[in-house]
Amino acid sequence: MDKVIIARDLSLAYSKDEPIINKVNFVIDSGSFVFITGASGSGKSTLLKSLYGALKPQSGSLVVAGVELNGVSRSKLNFLRQHMGIVFQDYKLIKEWTIEKNIMLPFMIAGYDKVQQQTQLDKLLNHVRLKHQVGKYPQELSGGEQQRVAMARALSHTPVLILADEPTGNLDDYSSQLIWNLLEGANSSDWKATVIVVTHHIPESMSVDYKHYHIEYGSIHEVT
Amino acid sequence: MKSLKNHLSLIVALLSILFSLQTFIVVDRAIASYKQNLANNYSLVVVSKKRLQKDVIVSKNPLINEINEISPDTVLKKLDGDMKRKEREFLKLSLPKFYKLKLSHYPSPDEINSLTKALLRDSSIVKVETFSRTHDTTYKLLLLFKSVISLFAISVAIVTILLISKELKIWQFKHNERMSIMALHGAPIWLRSAVLFRLAIVDALVATFLGFLLFSYIASSAWIAEQFSYIGIDVVVFDTFKDSLMMFSVSMTLSIFLATIIVLVHKEEV
Repeated sequence: MDKVIIARDLSLAYSKDEPIINKVNFVIDSGSFVFITGASGSGKSTLLKSLYGALKPQSGSLVVAGVELNGVSRSKLNFLRQHMGIVFQDYKLIKEWTIEKNIMLPFMIAGYDKVQQQTQLDKLLNHVRLKHQVGKYPQELSGGEQQRVAMARALSHTPVLILADEPTGNLDDYSSQLIWNLLEGANSSDWKATVIVVTHHIPESMSVDYKHYHIEYGSIHEVT
Repeated sequence: MKSLKNHLSLIVALLSILFSLQTFIVVDRAIASYKQNLANNYSLVVVSKKRLQKDVIVSKNPLINEINEISPDTVLKKLDGDMKRKEREFLKLSLPKFYKLKLSHYPSPDEINSLTKALLRDSSIVKVETFSRTHDTTYKLLLLFKSVISLFAISVAIVTILLISKELKIWQFKHNERMSIMALHGAPIWLRSAVLFRLAIVDALVATFLGFLLFSYIASSAWIAEQFSYIGIDVVVFDTFKDSLMMFSVSMTLSIFLATIIVLVHKEEV
């Protein structure tokens, strides 16, 4: 099986002080569903940030989808991110844009024309059950609805890798369940996306096989 | 409404800069016109023992625009009653020659000194009357006007810098988040900055258009024309082509500069 992420002696730190993640080694197979858990401040979100290149490795090697992130160029990083779907706990939606424009951001970046964007948009809005909210701005929606918009944006361009940082952190049960279903769907459907989720709690209702990694004291280990 | 508010802040800043700049230009033009008026009315009187060759005198200093002989008839008329025609003709021949020197622009006291020296080097010229006292007072008054205008220009420059830096902070705050989100999704720098530059260009165009309307209206005002005619000058308040072009260049340069700075100092939020 192909490896989508390979970390070798990877250390991550925000300054030159003590690293938050210290010389960890792990490999994630392509098409797998992975949970990363750990106590608050253990470094789970830090690790996720390093996977989308927002935090440079302090030392070691981190290869994501064949791209070495230690010393990666801006253009390569942009290319890599264009093939990722990222879901943030705080949604990171553009306030000045309508939800449709937010969802279509990856398509705009990829250079799709308006007709192609509209076709995809209709499907995605149905998928996240937000068709009735067309034309609204993010701040006009509830937290759960905003996260569904972020989810639609992350799935819109059928990325090979989906990274989610506490995606159901503050959501109601309905929205949480919908998010988990969408993530499971992305992993189990034909496109077989690799999904990595940072969370405090693994939902009990998971219907796909998954791997569970736990971060503690700067190291990562698989929970079996 | 929200979109209008986004545009309004930069448009107002740009418009106030254009207004200050155009006002400074109009005042500067008024001073230049007044100075030209003074130059037209100001002349030196040269007294020479013999007739002067006009082109030789004009070539002595580039400041000299033209030289005209003053007819002695006006002086002799006063003595007319007691003199016979023959005596008057004799006197006319024995009188020195008087010339009126017109200058190309209103000179500084130093320029007058060097011009006087250059003229007196000619052995036939015996006296150069510069009316220095009147001239110096007027010249100092003009200098004072110039200083006031320069002070005004410096104040405008300071206000401009303050307005622009404030606008820069507002824009940075407003656009940083969007640019970061776009970067997190792999948007290249040109796409991240496109919205910003589009906004900057649209605002610059709107500010130029409003400035054009404002000064076209001021230029057509009868009251303004009346004020200038009181001091005997004719000033172009708004040159439709040149001033519009200047307004367009200034507002476009400023807003593009602003957008460029924001793009250059942008730091990705994580």
